[in-house]
Amino acid sequence: MNVAVEMDAVRHGELLSASEAGPASKRIIAGFGFWIFLLSDIVMFSALFASYAVLAKATAGGMTGVQLFDQRNVAIETALLLLSSYACGMMSLAINSRRYFATFLGAAVTFLLGAAFLALELREFQGMIALGATPQRSAFLSAFFTLVGSHGLHVTVGLAWLVLMMVQLSLRGFQDVVVRRLHCFSLFWHALDIIWVLIFTIVYLMGVLP
Amino acid sequence: MTLLGKLDWSAVPFDQPIIMGTVGGMVVAIVSILSLVTLKGYVPYLWREWITSVDHKRVGVMYIVLALVMLLRGFADAIMMRTQQAIASGGGQGYLPPEHFDQIFSAHGTIMIFFVAMPLVIGLMNFVVPLQLGARDVAFPTMNSISFWLTASGVLLINVSLGIGEFAKTGWFAYPPLSELQFSPGVGVDYYLWSLQLSGIGTLLSGVNFVTTILKMRAPGMGYMRMPVFCWTALASNLLMVAAFPVLTALFAMLLLDRYLGFHFFTVDAGGNVMMYVNLFWVWGHPEVYILVLPAFGIYSEVAATFSEKPLFGYRSMVLATMAICVLSYTVWLHHFFTMGASANINAFFGITSMIIGVPTGVKVFNWMFTMYGGRVRFTVPVLWTIGFIVTFVFGGLTGVLLALPPVDWQVHNTLFLVAHFHHVIIPGVLFGAFAGYNYWFPKAFGFKLDESWGKAAFWCWFIGFHLAFMPLYVTGLMGMPRRLQHSDVLAWQPWLWIAEAGAVIILAGIACQIGQLVVSIRNRENLRDTTGDPWNGRTLEWATASPPPAWNFAVQPRVHEIDAFWAQKQRVLARQDLPVRQREYAPIEVPKNSPTGFITAFFSVVTGFALIWHIWWIAGLGLLGAAVTLLAFMFRAQAEVEISAEQIDLFNRAHPVEVSL
Amino acid sequence: MRYGLLAVVLISASMLGGCSEGVLDPKGPIAFAERQILFNATGIMLAIVIPVVIATLGVAFWFRASNERARYRPDFVYSGRIEMLVWSIPLMTVLLTGTVAWVGAYDLDPPKPIASSTKPIKVQAISLDWKWLFIYPELGVASVNQLPIPAGTPVSFELTSSGVMNSFFVPQLAGQIYTMAGMVTRLNFQADFPGTYRGMSANFSGDGFADMHFNVDALPPERFAQWVASTRSAGLALDSKSYADLARPSAAVTPFTFHSVAPGLFDNIRMSSMRSDDALCQSYPNSMRAEK
Repeated sequence: MNVAVEMDAVRHGELLSASEAGPASKRIIAGFGFWIFLLSDIVMFSALFASYAVLAKATAGGMTGVQLFDQRNVAIETALLLLSSYACGMMSLAINSRRYFATFLGAAVTFLLGAAFLALELREFQGMIALGATPQRSAFLSAFFTLVGSHGLHVTVGLAWLVLMMVQLSLRGFQDVVVRRLHCFSLFWHALDIIWVLIFTIVYLMGVLP
Repeated sequence: MTLLGKLDWSAVPFDQPIIMGTVGGMVVAIVSILSLVTLKGYVPYLWREWITSVDHKRVGVMYIVLALVMLLRGFADAIMMRTQQAIASGGGQGYLPPEHFDQIFSAHGTIMIFFVAMPLVIGLMNFVVPLQLGARDVAFPTMNSISFWLTASGVLLINVSLGIGEFAKTGWFAYPPLSELQFSPGVGVDYYLWSLQLSGIGTLLSGVNFVTTILKMRAPGMGYMRMPVFCWTALASNLLMVAAFPVLTALFAMLLLDRYLGFHFFTVDAGGNVMMYVNLFWVWGHPEVYILVLPAFGIYSEVAATFSEKPLFGYRSMVLATMAICVLSYTVWLHHFFTMGASANINAFFGITSMIIGVPTGVKVFNWMFTMYGGRVRFTVPVLWTIGFIVTFVFGGLTGVLLALPPVDWQVHNTLFLVAHFHHVIIPGVLFGAFAGYNYWFPKAFGFKLDESWGKAAFWCWFIGFHLAFMPLYVTGLMGMPRRLQHSDVLAWQPWLWIAEAGAVIILAGIACQIGQLVVSIRNRENLRDTTGDPWNGRTLEWATASPPPAWNFAVQPRVHEIDAFWAQKQRVLARQDLPVRQREYAPIEVPKNSPTGFITAFFSVVTGFALIWHIWWIAGLGLLGAAVTLLAFMFRAQAEVEISAEQIDLFNRAHPVEVSL
Repeated sequence: MRYGLLAVVLISASMLGGCSEGVLDPKGPIAFAERQILFNATGIMLAIVIPVVIATLGVAFWFRASNERARYRPDFVYSGRIEMLVWSIPLMTVLLTGTVAWVGAYDLDPPKPIASSTKPIKVQAISLDWKWLFIYPELGVASVNQLPIPAGTPVSFELTSSGVMNSFFVPQLAGQIYTMAGMVTRLNFQADFPGTYRGMSANFSGDGFADMHFNVDALPPERFAQWVASTRSAGLALDSKSYADLARPSAAVTPFTFHSVAPGLFDNIRMSSMRSDDALCQSYPNSMRAEK
């Protein structure tokens, strides 16, 4: 609900509740729509989580999570991603006060931490494949690679998006549309964190339980 | 590896006269339409006003045109199946060999659900919802156009499968392991998966778009409890899209990984789990039923209220029932496979939850009846479809409750009884509703009404044909005839199958009447012209603007003070006896700018999908690149909106006066 | 409406008359109980549905715009009492049918043994492409596409599939149950009377699906014993090699029998699909189109 509409309502002498305030501003609509999209993305991940949960024990005589998962590596990955989200939050603050340099700095840190996360994840995958634990080996590994890989794919898309936004920012400055998209990006980036926390818990922590 | 992957001339079934004839006919039709359009010089017009249009009304109309064209394809499949079964149930082989028959029933189901029912419903929501909300457009107009064109890409791919390669021979839900590479090595399942992935993404984006539109773009004063009931059902339907379609996307991605990269989600070996597919499929599949049915319920509510000249009876109950169905639809998916041998606890639980959905549905039926009670019912075509729906649907619901009883389900699951049941709910529940909506909102979309007598003839043909076609299937189902049977040696089934065939022919006559209705109405459009913008004495905001509405929908932002805002305004005007003659001052309006993004993205998705189906990796790569560049170009475009000047609006409103302005 | 009723009449007519086989003509206790539930639930619901249809048509007709005598009541938009009624009628119907569902789901649970003084006979059913293999583990014989059973004796099934999912269905004796590779489902039924009952796969499984039916021959006990004896004296042995031959896709297979069965074959079939080097499934042909 924006101020203009409220003023309008007061002028008309009506007492409007939030649901009667009329069309929301573009910023709110864009953010809200992106929230809905993120919800759908989370539903997609929940289907992948469900398939992982069903297939977690279906190792078909191949390697199990206990043998494959390296807690230290995953802990570092988690730290990188969470710090990257923190940097992204700092970037949002910089955007709100329209500071160019701080925005670029925040974006660069976000990008580097995200890329480092991705590099570690790819190294982990490579190590598993070298051990013969490929997604073709068992249903468990199919589900594992698909779930964790989908998250990795999202991170990759996020990184590309961030680069694009920095190009747009340098070309156009803090136009409304650029700010809206940066806002959506930060929502996206935080949502990936939430999903990672779930992956960390369900795949890596519960996966090594005896 | 060759340059064209698996594709070569053997992919075209030159030896199949039926297929080649159909393909030839389709190619001739498409080529002649395209050349006619080009010769007459319509291309720039089509490009400017339709293909690149992001106007929700245009997108909605295109959705409906697409759906009606695909209805013809899906119906052709249906009548071929009916004929085959009628001929080949006496021990003969019929005229369709199994590998062809299997493709036909798979294509029929896939097309009817994804490319007829879905686009019909989404198209009607596209056209109507923003108008009813008093909004200028949907929340993300360009994304809306992308949604449509992605759906069209899916349609194109599934039709290409007719001539190049084959379609899935697995049934429309493609259960593994039959749909796995091991048992379906051809490209059929790949066509199925890629066309549904593309259109599924379109549907998902459409859902996001409409949830946002309905929740954030209502006219001032339109609180939730003042929303037209069609908008409520649209909201429920789109919430379901947002929450159900991602499951389908994930599921098909898993099956694609199985088929393309040798993963083991649903394979019979290496620990894959078939029943996980079945579960996840119906976790999407049952809400999908309500994605389709709920908007149709909304249409019936609008029609019942408008033509009874009464507000909807029990509005709050209707809203509550709609949202109850929306939530409950996630708790019933297991009733699609009581026969998998789950424990009695599970079967009993899902049996009862399935029946509970019948409660809000029953409430709706009663409320429609009480809406007519004390009204002045005009028996127009939309009303006929509505009453036809009510009296048919309750029996479909009855057999639905039977199927929700696990012991009965074990006996009739997978038989023609089941086929009869779901046609008995989907045809009245979705198709009749869409036809009611089509007749109801046609004058709003094009400025003239549809011919009544042809419309009534179409209704009666459909209504009679439907019962004749599907009641016998209940009987053969009870006699133990499984579905998807290419031939059988049981003579006792044959008479019933011939009756069903006769029903299908009568439905064909109904479709012919609908085409006739359209042709006659276009020829006779001057007599059927709607000059007031309110041909039915309507109640909701879409009737407050001209027919067809201008790109900006409303010259001034409507304000809403109660349910049935337009009706109330008319009453006030009548009471004051001051028909509006006053001159209005208009402010300039910004409307979304046309964008070819949707069309070009869809072009590249078709290329990518086709290349992936045939394992032509380099073209797939190029297609993806093209789509990415298109979206990039969209991201960097300078201007998202164009301004309509106050003079333009004034000019339009002089040319198209409406009786009651807001 | 009119035609809906006509259709109902048609269905009931077919129920009473012409229908000589199928769900409505049960020949065993399970199918009989299932039909009873079908009838009960249909009755309960028709009691609601038919009045609703008549009322809807009546209301629509009476309140037609041209009827001068009908009172126009545009303010009749809410009534607490009617709301009560419209929520409670479907709710009570569902309570009734829900109880039927609950009781039925437990009483007729497919794995539940049939109470009988006669010892049940065990059968292991395997769906192959596109035929049925029935193993009698206690008797050491097996048959393809025919299922002789002693009448009056409960039959207890274990079912699995060699690959594609099918559904084992003998409408006159019991409801169906899926057969799935790597999993075992269970089903019990009993034929009360000697006779031949049609059985089939009800779940589409590929090109040969239409011919994937078989006859259940319910024989008097002494004739069943004769069948077992004659089966034992002739025919092939079912071991892993002859099973591999049998498992190759083929349709419309004429019934035949095996005089002996290698022990543990059923479990091997179930487990074999779990292994990744599954020799039994790799001989599958390409699609018809790809073959050319």
